[in-house]
Amino acid sequence: MEIKVLGPGCPKCEATEKNVKEAVAESGLDARVDKVTDVMEIAKYGVFGTPAVIVDGEVKSVGKIPGKNEIKTWIEQQH
Amino acid sequence: MPQDCCAPEGNVMILACSGGSNVGQLSNQAAVELTQEGFGKMFCLAGIGGHLNGFVQSAADIPQMVAIDGCSLGCAKALLEHTEIPNKSYLVLTDLGIEKNKDFKLKREEIEKVKKAIREVCNQEQAAIPMAEAGSSSCCG
Repeated sequence: MEIKVLGPGCPKCEATEKNVKEAVAESGLDARVDKVTDVMEIAKYGVFGTPAVIVDGEVKSVGKIPGKNEIKTWIEQQH
Repeated sequence: MPQDCCAPEGNVMILACSGGSNVGQLSNQAAVELTQEGFGKMFCLAGIGGHLNGFVQSAADIPQMVAIDGCSLGCAKALLEHTEIPNKSYLVLTDLGIEKNKDFKLKREEIEKVKKAIREVCNQEQAAIPMAEAGSSSCCG
Protein backbone atom coordinates (compact mmCIF):
# COMPACT_ATOMS: atom_id res chain seq x y z
CA MET A 1 0.00 0.00 0.00
CA GLU A 2 1.20 3.48 -0.83
CA ILE A 3 0.08 6.56 1.05
CA LYS A 4 0.97 10.08 -0.03
CA VAL A 5 0.63 13.20 2.09
CA LEU A 6 0.43 16.27 -0.11
CA GLY A 7 1.57 19.58 1.34
CA PRO A 8 4.34 22.13 1.09
CA GLY A 9 5.47 21.73 4.70
CA CYS A 10 3.15 23.83 6.83
CA PRO A 11 2.07 22.83 10.37
CA LYS A 12 -1.21 21.23 9.21
CA CYS A 13 0.64 19.21 6.59
CA GLU A 14 3.14 18.02 9.19
CA ALA A 15 0.36 17.12 11.62
CA THR A 16 -1.33 15.12 8.87
CA GLU A 17 1.87 13.25 8.07
CA LYS A 18 2.34 12.47 11.78
CA ASN A 19 -1.22 11.12 12.07
CA VAL A 20 -0.79 9.00 8.94
CA LYS A 21 2.48 7.48 10.15
CA GLU A 22 1.04 6.75 13.58
CA ALA A 23 -2.12 5.23 12.08
CA VAL A 24 -0.03 2.97 9.85
CA ALA A 25 2.15 1.89 12.79
CA GLU A 26 -0.87 1.22 15.00
CA SER A 27 -2.70 -0.74 12.31
CA GLY A 28 0.29 -3.01 11.83
CA LEU A 29 -0.28 -3.04 8.08
CA ASP A 30 2.48 -2.76 5.53
CA ALA A 31 2.29 0.69 3.94
CA ARG A 32 4.77 3.18 2.56
CA VAL A 33 4.21 6.83 3.45
CA ASP A 34 5.60 9.49 1.13
CA LYS A 35 5.40 13.23 1.56
CA VAL A 36 4.86 15.25 -1.61
CA THR A 37 5.96 18.88 -1.32
CA ASP A 38 6.42 19.84 -4.97
CA VAL A 39 3.57 22.15 -5.97
CA MET A 40 3.45 20.95 -9.56
CA GLU A 41 3.31 17.33 -8.40
CA ILE A 42 0.53 18.21 -5.94
CA ALA A 43 -1.41 19.91 -8.74
CA LYS A 44 -1.58 16.62 -10.67
CA TYR A 45 -4.04 15.30 -8.10
CA GLY A 46 -6.56 18.08 -8.76
CA VAL A 47 -6.90 19.02 -5.13
CA PHE A 48 -8.18 22.44 -4.09
CA GLY A 49 -5.97 22.72 -1.03
CA THR A 50 -3.52 21.02 1.26
CA PRO A 51 -2.93 18.94 3.25
CA ALA A 52 -4.34 16.09 1.21
CA VAL A 53 -4.04 12.35 1.74
CA ILE A 54 -3.89 9.82 -1.10
CA VAL A 55 -4.24 6.09 -0.44
CA ASP A 56 -3.25 3.88 -3.38
CA GLY A 57 -3.99 6.70 -5.80
CA GLU A 58 -7.35 7.67 -4.30
CA VAL A 59 -7.77 11.12 -2.75
CA LYS A 60 -9.23 10.60 0.71
CA SER A 61 -9.16 14.07 2.27
CA VAL A 62 -8.41 17.63 1.24
CA GLY A 63 -7.67 20.78 3.24
CA LYS A 64 -7.98 19.30 6.71
CA ILE A 65 -6.13 17.14 9.23
CA PRO A 66 -7.73 13.70 9.24
CA GLY A 67 -7.86 11.88 12.57
CA LYS A 68 -5.97 8.65 13.14
CA ASN A 69 -9.16 6.58 13.35
CA GLU A 70 -10.36 7.96 10.02
CA ILE A 71 -7.01 7.16 8.44
CA LYS A 72 -7.08 3.63 9.87
CA THR A 73 -10.51 3.12 8.26
CA TRP A 74 -9.11 4.10 4.87
CA ILE A 75 -6.09 1.83 5.03
CA GLU A 76 -8.06 -1.12 6.38
CA GLN A 77 -10.59 -0.71 3.54
CA GLN A 78 -7.79 -0.86 1.00
CA HIS A 79 -6.40 -4.09 2.43
CA MET B 1 -3.42 24.25 -8.68
CA PRO B 2 -3.82 23.84 -4.95
CA GLN B 3 -4.33 26.84 -2.73
CA ASP B 4 -1.27 28.59 -1.44
CA CYS B 5 -0.38 27.40 2.01
CA CYS B 6 -1.09 29.79 4.85
CA ALA B 7 -3.33 32.03 2.76
CA PRO B 8 -5.35 34.01 5.30
CA GLU B 9 -8.35 34.32 2.99
CA GLY B 10 -9.62 33.08 -0.32
CA ASN B 11 -10.88 29.75 0.97
CA VAL B 12 -14.26 30.02 -0.75
CA MET B 13 -14.50 27.50 -3.58
CA ILE B 14 -16.20 29.19 -6.54
CA LEU B 15 -17.93 26.92 -9.04
CA ALA B 16 -19.32 28.61 -12.16
CA CYS B 17 -21.51 26.91 -14.75
CA SER B 18 -19.50 28.78 -17.43
CA GLY B 19 -22.23 27.90 -19.91
CA GLY B 20 -22.81 28.93 -23.53
CA SER B 21 -24.84 32.08 -22.98
CA ASN B 22 -24.30 35.58 -21.63
CA VAL B 23 -25.30 34.49 -18.14
CA GLY B 24 -23.10 31.40 -18.28
CA GLN B 25 -20.14 33.53 -19.27
CA LEU B 26 -21.05 36.15 -16.67
CA SER B 27 -20.78 33.42 -14.04
CA ASN B 28 -17.36 32.54 -15.41
CA GLN B 29 -16.10 36.13 -15.60
CA ALA B 30 -17.30 36.93 -12.09
CA ALA B 31 -15.57 33.79 -10.77
CA VAL B 32 -12.33 34.75 -12.52
CA GLU B 33 -12.39 38.31 -11.19
CA LEU B 34 -13.29 37.30 -7.63
CA THR B 35 -10.36 34.87 -7.71
CA GLN B 36 -8.04 37.60 -8.96
CA GLU B 37 -9.30 39.90 -6.21
CA GLY B 38 -8.56 37.25 -3.55
CA PHE B 39 -12.18 36.74 -2.50
CA GLY B 40 -12.10 33.02 -3.25
CA LYS B 41 -10.72 30.46 -5.66
CA MET B 42 -12.41 29.37 -8.84
CA PHE B 43 -12.39 25.58 -9.12
CA CYS B 44 -13.04 23.25 -12.02
CA LEU B 45 -16.71 22.25 -12.15
CA ALA B 46 -15.95 20.00 -15.12
CA GLY B 47 -13.49 18.02 -13.00
CA ILE B 48 -16.22 17.39 -10.46
CA GLY B 49 -18.70 16.52 -13.22
CA GLY B 50 -16.16 14.09 -14.63
CA HIS B 51 -16.04 12.41 -11.22
CA LEU B 52 -12.29 12.94 -11.00
CA ASN B 53 -11.45 11.83 -7.49
CA GLY B 54 -9.30 14.80 -6.42
CA PHE B 55 -11.90 17.31 -7.58
CA VAL B 56 -14.85 15.51 -6.01
CA GLN B 57 -13.08 15.03 -2.67
CA SER B 58 -11.98 18.68 -2.66
CA ALA B 59 -15.55 19.82 -3.14
CA ALA B 60 -16.79 17.42 -0.48
CA ASP B 61 -14.26 18.66 2.09
CA ILE B 62 -14.38 22.42 1.51
CA PRO B 63 -16.25 24.34 4.24
CA GLN B 64 -17.20 27.29 2.02
CA MET B 65 -18.47 26.90 -1.51
CA VAL B 66 -20.63 28.89 -3.89
CA ALA B 67 -22.18 27.42 -7.03
CA ILE B 68 -23.25 29.88 -9.72
CA ASP B 69 -25.72 28.97 -12.42
CA GLY B 70 -26.46 31.35 -15.26
CA CYS B 71 -30.07 30.29 -15.63
CA SER B 72 -32.76 28.25 -13.96
CA LEU B 73 -31.83 25.09 -15.87
CA GLY B 74 -29.43 24.70 -12.95
CA CYS B 75 -26.62 22.67 -14.53
CA ALA B 76 -24.12 23.39 -11.73
CA LYS B 77 -26.70 22.52 -9.09
CA ALA B 78 -27.62 19.30 -10.89
CA LEU B 79 -23.98 18.35 -11.27
CA LEU B 80 -23.38 18.73 -7.55
CA GLU B 81 -26.47 16.67 -6.83
CA HIS B 82 -25.22 13.89 -9.12
CA THR B 83 -21.93 13.78 -7.26
CA GLU B 84 -23.75 13.97 -3.90
CA ILE B 85 -21.89 17.10 -2.84
CA PRO B 86 -23.87 19.40 -0.54
CA ASN B 87 -24.51 22.73 -2.26
CA LYS B 88 -23.69 25.35 0.36
CA SER B 89 -24.32 28.72 -1.31
CA TYR B 90 -26.16 29.02 -4.56
CA LEU B 91 -26.97 31.76 -7.04
CA VAL B 92 -28.91 31.87 -10.32
CA LEU B 93 -28.04 34.91 -12.40
CA THR B 94 -31.38 35.26 -14.16
CA ASP B 95 -32.88 35.63 -10.67
CA LEU B 96 -30.90 38.89 -10.46
CA GLY B 97 -32.96 40.25 -13.35
CA ILE B 98 -30.34 39.57 -16.02
CA GLU B 99 -31.95 38.31 -19.21
CA LYS B 100 -30.42 35.23 -20.83
CA ASN B 101 -29.26 35.66 -24.41
CA LYS B 102 -26.41 34.74 -26.74
CA ASP B 103 -24.63 38.09 -26.61
CA PHE B 104 -21.13 37.34 -25.33
CA LYS B 105 -20.17 41.01 -25.10
CA LEU B 106 -20.47 41.08 -21.34
CA LYS B 107 -21.54 44.31 -19.69
CA ARG B 108 -19.33 45.68 -16.93
CA GLU B 109 -22.32 46.68 -14.82
CA GLU B 110 -23.71 43.15 -14.99
CA ILE B 111 -20.35 41.61 -14.04
CA GLU B 112 -20.21 43.90 -11.01
CA LYS B 113 -23.81 43.07 -10.12
CA VAL B 114 -23.01 39.34 -10.20
CA LYS B 115 -19.83 39.76 -8.15
CA LYS B 116 -21.73 41.75 -5.53
CA ALA B 117 -24.43 39.07 -5.34
CA ILE B 118 -21.83 36.30 -4.97
CA ARG B 119 -20.10 38.19 -2.16
CA GLU B 120 -23.43 38.67 -0.39
CA VAL B 121 -24.52 35.04 -0.61
CA CYS B 122 -21.09 33.88 0.58
CA ASN B 123 -21.07 36.32 3.47
CA GLN B 124 -24.46 35.00 4.57
CA GLU B 125 -23.08 31.46 4.56
CA GLN B 126 -19.85 32.47 6.29
CA ALA B 127 -21.81 33.99 9.14
CA ALA B 128 -23.38 30.59 9.76
CA ILE B 129 -20.08 28.62 9.80
CA PRO B 130 -18.11 28.15 13.03
CA MET B 131 -14.69 29.88 12.89
CA ALA B 132 -12.68 26.66 13.19
CA GLU B 133 -14.48 25.03 10.29
CA ALA B 134 -14.36 28.12 8.09
CA GLY B 135 -10.59 28.32 8.42
CA SER B 136 -9.82 24.63 8.06
CA SER B 137 -8.55 24.75 4.50
CA SER B 138 -5.84 27.18 5.44
CA CYS B 139 -2.87 25.20 6.63
CA CYS B 140 -1.28 27.49 9.18
CA GLY B 141 -2.52 25.34 11.96
